Amino acid sequence: MSEQQNYEPRVVAFLCKWCSSAGSDLAGVSRIQYPANATPITIPCTGAVSPMYILSAFNKGADGVLVSGCHIGDCHYIEGNFLARRKMHLIMELLEFIGVEPNRFRMSWVSAAEGAKFAQVITDFVDDLKPLGPQEKLKKAERA
Amino acid sequence: MTKKRTGVFVCHCGTNIAATVDVARVAKEMAGEDSVAFTKEYVYMCSEPGQESVVQAIKDNKLDSIVVTCCSPNLHEKTFRDNAKRAGINNFTCEIANIREQCSWVHNDKAKGTEKAIKISRSVVRRVNRNQPLESIAVNVTRRAMVIGGGIAGIQAALDIANAGVEVVLVEKQATIGGRMLQLSETFPTLDCSQCVLSPKMVELKRHPKVKLMTYSEVQELAGSVGNFRVKILKKPTFVDPDKCKLCDECTAVCPVVVPNEYEINLTTRRAIYIPYAQSIPASYTLDESTCLGLNPVVCGKCKDVCEADAINYDMRPETVTEDVGAIVVATGFDLYDQANMPEMGGGKVEDVLDGLQFERLCSASGATGGHILRPSDHKEPKNVVFIQCVGSRDPAKHCAYCSKICCMYTAKHAQLYKHHVPDGRAYVFYIDIRSGGKGYEEFVQRTMEDNDTLYLRGRVSRLYRHNGKVRVLGTDTLSGQNVEIDADMVVLALAMVPSKGTTEIAKILKIGRDKDGFLAEAHPKLRPVESVTGGIYLAGAAQAPKDIPETVAQAGAAAAKVIALLSQSTLSRPPLIAKVRPSHCTGCGMCVDACPFLAIRLENGKAIVNEALCEGCGSCSATCLRAAIDVKNVTQLQIFEMIEACLA
Repeated sequence: MSEQQNYEPRVVAFLCKWCSSAGSDLAGVSRIQYPANATPITIPCTGAVSPMYILSAFNKGADGVLVSGCHIGDCHYIEGNFLARRKMHLIMELLEFIGVEPNRFRMSWVSAAEGAKFAQVITDFVDDLKPLGPQEKLKKAERA
Repeated sequence: MTKKRTGVFVCHCGTNIAATVDVARVAKEMAGEDSVAFTKEYVYMCSEPGQESVVQAIKDNKLDSIVVTCCSPNLHEKTFRDNAKRAGINNFTCEIANIREQCSWVHNDKAKGTEKAIKISRSVVRRVNRNQPLESIAVNVTRRAMVIGGGIAGIQAALDIANAGVEVVLVEKQATIGGRMLQLSETFPTLDCSQCVLSPKMVELKRHPKVKLMTYSEVQELAGSVGNFRVKILKKPTFVDPDKCKLCDECTAVCPVVVPNEYEINLTTRRAIYIPYAQSIPASYTLDESTCLGLNPVVCGKCKDVCEADAINYDMRPETVTEDVGAIVVATGFDLYDQANMPEMGGGKVEDVLDGLQFERLCSASGATGGHILRPSDHKEPKNVVFIQCVGSRDPAKHCAYCSKICCMYTAKHAQLYKHHVPDGRAYVFYIDIRSGGKGYEEFVQRTMEDNDTLYLRGRVSRLYRHNGKVRVLGTDTLSGQNVEIDADMVVLALAMVPSKGTTEIAKILKIGRDKDGFLAEAHPKLRPVESVTGGIYLAGAAQAPKDIPETVAQAGAAAAKVIALLSQSTLSRPPLIAKVRPSHCTGCGMCVDACPFLAIRLENGKAIVNEALCEGCGSCSATCLRAAIDVKNVTQLQIFEMIEACLA
């Protein structure tokens, strides 16, 4: 139990430039504290997130992957987040199929105005990842 | 790929970053990266000496790319890209690693914060490794502007733009321009008549040769980007030809339909055919299709029969108009918070409880009572009136968390107006605090208290209800610590200001953000207060936040100045971060063609081709390409894979 409490999941967070990245900026401006487990990568749009990115992150040792974009209907690029949502459902199914807990992947909608929500999304995700322990299934073995 | 010579510049941001991130360690770690030839840390990288040191370091060390680890790229990406250019290298080989908003400000634990800052910085260093030098794309500018909303903000912005010689299209949803200000009786702190200030501006706008006025119209669709927008507008039919209408008012006399008059905030009624105010512009009647008996001479047709000018035409149909403009000002204004949300204040169902705008209409000479303050229930002069401030405002638990800013002042104005109309009457004001910042504002409130003998009670009202033909108000006076019970003839609620009804839809159509309270979001709270997050779209007035008339006029002028500055350029440069195909890898499967939201990709001879004028660089294409044959420049798949690796190293 204590080991699990000390375990810090490593998360890669793909944030769209227009909404979620701006939302994370607002969380910063508002000084809302949240766990430092997630490293952000800003991309133009969630529609630009290839399923390969997610698998690659797990492959490189991520314990969780977050994709966060504009609310459905608010995409800066009209429909990028619809494309993302479609792909992300497939990713969840694929993860389950190959024996990885689908909860290790999460998609959220955080607007530029939702700094507090962004902090909450990260906090909740990290909390939910902790009981799962480290992700080993897809992690490439360390080269000697 | 030849090895890059990257410089990494770590900013302390005073203690904003340095307090929770070990900046020296970030710099040291980055120095260990293969491509990094130079690192430096400095207390304020964005200061003049900081920027100079960046330029000097690029020159001295023959750097070909730089990473600045500092605040959000929204703040200083442009600053440092300009410096890169100044030092003689391509500006698109400069990237920002955000270790302030996304790291130092949100993690108090210095060890963890430093680790994360290193990961963020390293991932950006790896990205820059594969950044290509790019040139901005020049695009032509449409020298026309659009203003959405015809209240004082929109009118002022449109006039300022038009007076600079730029053509303006003003789109207003209602049948007349003038907005909320046209409903006001007098304005604080001068008590000059609102219409007298506004009407000349409305007329000037109507007559201005550079202004195209579209009332009773709504924006439906927006395409394009800064410099070249295409806007689709729905022009609703008024069924009255404004050029023929002689304003004889014969039609309203015969119209059998009586409905509440929304322009008088339901204090009076109007007919299905009506003119909002005597000062309406355009000066013409409007036939409200939703309440008319049927636009059909067989059913009714009385108005058409009586119209000697033959101005009424039942065959008018909605029209869709397309306008090309280079910039847009959004000035869609405010509404009052819905009383139905406040059962403790009667929920809008208690007689003689009015909102602030209704009280304005009672005071207004052109209003429901011809400028006499009479209570709605029995048309008698109210001998005591209770004004309640902060109704719905400053109440994060149940209503709006923010201060609506103008209520202290307009309540003081209401109390003065009431005392001027009813000198022997008694005015009470319930308040939490008096916020009267502004030129002449504090003096105005003092005059209300002292010269106009208004009793200010510090405390909130807990409940109000009808009692013996009056409104019983239960409240507290927190200064004396006593409960207060007043049987009032009339109660006026200073309801919170909320974004106007359609703000959500217009924000969606224009792709501009809203803040947590639903107001339109500015690009930066301090440095870019009149710009939206979308280039070429500007904000003015209460649609952005609660504000009074002088502030609205100032903001509208600022937005207009931004528009004029934008449209005075002959060409604009747009970022060249758009998709690029590697023909050698492309199999012509067409997946990217289907994925592109902008129809910017087509197949030619079995290969995908990107239309550079249409591509916005979203990257949806690259995410579908199985062979990585299409990529957004400087955000390529390879770059992202390497960033992922850096995040997990």
